[in-house]
Amino acid sequence: MKEPTAVRELSFGPSINEALRQEMRRDPNVIVMGEDIAGAAGRAHLGFIDAWGGPMRATRGLITEFGPERVIDTPISEMGFVGAAVGAAMTGLRPVVEVMFVDLIGMCYDQIANQAAKMHYMMGGHVKLPMVIRTAYGTRGDKRAYGGGAAAQHSQTLYSVLAHIPGLKVVVPSTAYNAKGLTIAAIRDDGPVVVLEHKFLGLQAKGHVPEEPYVVPIGKADVVRQGTHVTLCAAGRMTHLCLDAAQVLAAEQINAEVIDLLTLNPLDEETILQSVRRTHRLVVVDEDTPVCSMARDIAARVAEKAFDDLDAPIKTVTAADTPVPFSAVLEALYTPRVEQIIAAVREQMG
Amino acid sequence: MSLIRQFEERLKWLVETGTPVGPVHFYIGQEAVAVGVCAALEDSDWVASTHRGHGHCIAKGVAVAPMMAELFGKVTGTNRGKGGSMHITDISKNILGVNPINGAGVAHAVGAGLSAKVRKTKQVAVAFFGEGSAGVGTVHECMNMAAIWKLPVLFVCENNRYAQTTPIEYACSVPNVADRAAAYGMPGVIVDGQDVFAVWRATETAVQRARAGAGPSLIECKTYRYLGHHQSDDTTRYRLPEEEQAARDRDCLKGFRARMNAGGPLTMAQLDEIDERNKRLMDEAVEFAKAGAVPEASELYTNVYVPDGKASR
Repeated sequence: MKEPTAVRELSFGPSINEALRQEMRRDPNVIVMGEDIAGAAGRAHLGFIDAWGGPMRATRGLITEFGPERVIDTPISEMGFVGAAVGAAMTGLRPVVEVMFVDLIGMCYDQIANQAAKMHYMMGGHVKLPMVIRTAYGTRGDKRAYGGGAAAQHSQTLYSVLAHIPGLKVVVPSTAYNAKGLTIAAIRDDGPVVVLEHKFLGLQAKGHVPEEPYVVPIGKADVVRQGTHVTLCAAGRMTHLCLDAAQVLAAEQINAEVIDLLTLNPLDEETILQSVRRTHRLVVVDEDTPVCSMARDIAARVAEKAFDDLDAPIKTVTAADTPVPFSAVLEALYTPRVEQIIAAVREQMG
Repeated sequence: MSLIRQFEERLKWLVETGTPVGPVHFYIGQEAVAVGVCAALEDSDWVASTHRGHGHCIAKGVAVAPMMAELFGKVTGTNRGKGGSMHITDISKNILGVNPINGAGVAHAVGAGLSAKVRKTKQVAVAFFGEGSAGVGTVHECMNMAAIWKLPVLFVCENNRYAQTTPIEYACSVPNVADRAAAYGMPGVIVDGQDVFAVWRATETAVQRARAGAGPSLIECKTYRYLGHHQSDDTTRYRLPEEEQAARDRDCLKGFRARMNAGGPLTMAQLDEIDERNKRLMDEAVEFAKAGAVPEASELYTNVYVPDGKASR
């Protein structure tokens, strides 16, 4: 009898951890920096080390292998350490900084939007800026409030205000597999890349992750479900909602194609356009708020370039145009839901 | 102090028994700071709080029943269920907000101080912040502005020694946050944050200076949070049990009792009565929170924009 082949599965946080660890082994210039990325800073002499590891424990264990010179806990100084990463990247390091939650980019937006994103351009292309900003985002969006319920300043998605900035690459992994590959790609990229990591992917993201290092290319979307009647297009946790919706729709003989964007900027327009030219319908699902959003940006691009291919008006399903509310019932209404995606498709199918 | 302790203990019990209240940052251990500071303030004075803000709210006079209802996400809550623990507040008690963005509230207190100076109201504004926020640029910009404009602001640093798991001796370049006051030309005092009277006296001095137009002060209260950064934090990963016990041995409530026992004016029976009353208040608060309605779906879209109309103040 043949032994079954063991397929190693990882969940989201550990796959990012593996990406960081392998890249740090490969290149001594890769460092990680952020608040409580190791934890218990300076307390090794008391037997305390590695007390935290970031909100998803993605940096846990790195300090024991690479030491505090390359795994750097910072004071609560986002403006300072993100700016220091810009300077370090200009001078030979490849820093990976963690901004604990995407909401906190407000504390360091100058260094991201005015400095990191534009430096290469402003200097006429004469400088490289190999830095990565990892940051957690998103709501849980169901009625089990514990673990969600982080309200207006710790639950946002905010990827539009990052994707909006020319010069900044923005990637959004949705599974353990693409999280590892995109993180490695981001570290190897010579420009600034923001990696947005959803807080509540849970088991949905778990899956086969090869042990060896690999790259999931930045700027390339993934068709995760083939279909013929409608294209559903999303990123991060919303991709899983689209897959759930597609399953329900399949029972109604509606065959939905699902595109996982993976990179928001530069956007893989071609994959979206090719799909829409076949399905003739598009629903864009976006966890961010709707005004100036990725959803409307994609809708506009498709309307400009494939209007004649469309059989129905493009639909968008986004978060509510409000701050994130605390109360669990309101948070569930704020966040895009599977039934909204299904309703949008049914409306398109007439 | 007793009411804050009971509020937090009850909340801890609710969290541990599965009530969904979102992330909460318990104030247990630090009660003497909020109470000592607020005892030296007038109702009309302003307070800006932190992510660990339940104690500041209660000390400034916010009712515990609507606070608990807020944590339950009910419309009867202080923020109509829209804020939760990290935004719980009552502006009618002159609280500028509980605020989970480190250092953000410090700027609001400086603004309130500026407002008081321009409007000549003699109010003072207190900026509570943790020693972790002493690393935030905003705090330093604000201390400088308050000093050059001689604003009636009290910078109250609650040094509980840990920013999440990061100890102060790692994250701060000088032994005391108060040492930094010299750089901004303001008095910087260190007080025992477990002694409510010491906190109160230091605050009185700073309030007098602020009301006299002599400018801001920095008060560093040495204190300790007994529990983790929030409910999911395990303190045994970064600090010694001996250290935790030493802090608990200097508990502010026990210290207060010992002092009253030694010289009054309150008797032990009176203190027991206060504790009993607070227990009843907490029972009522939980009942009130449970009885409240969850928000209607339409609540999602209300309060997004400030309505047009005449200025309210």
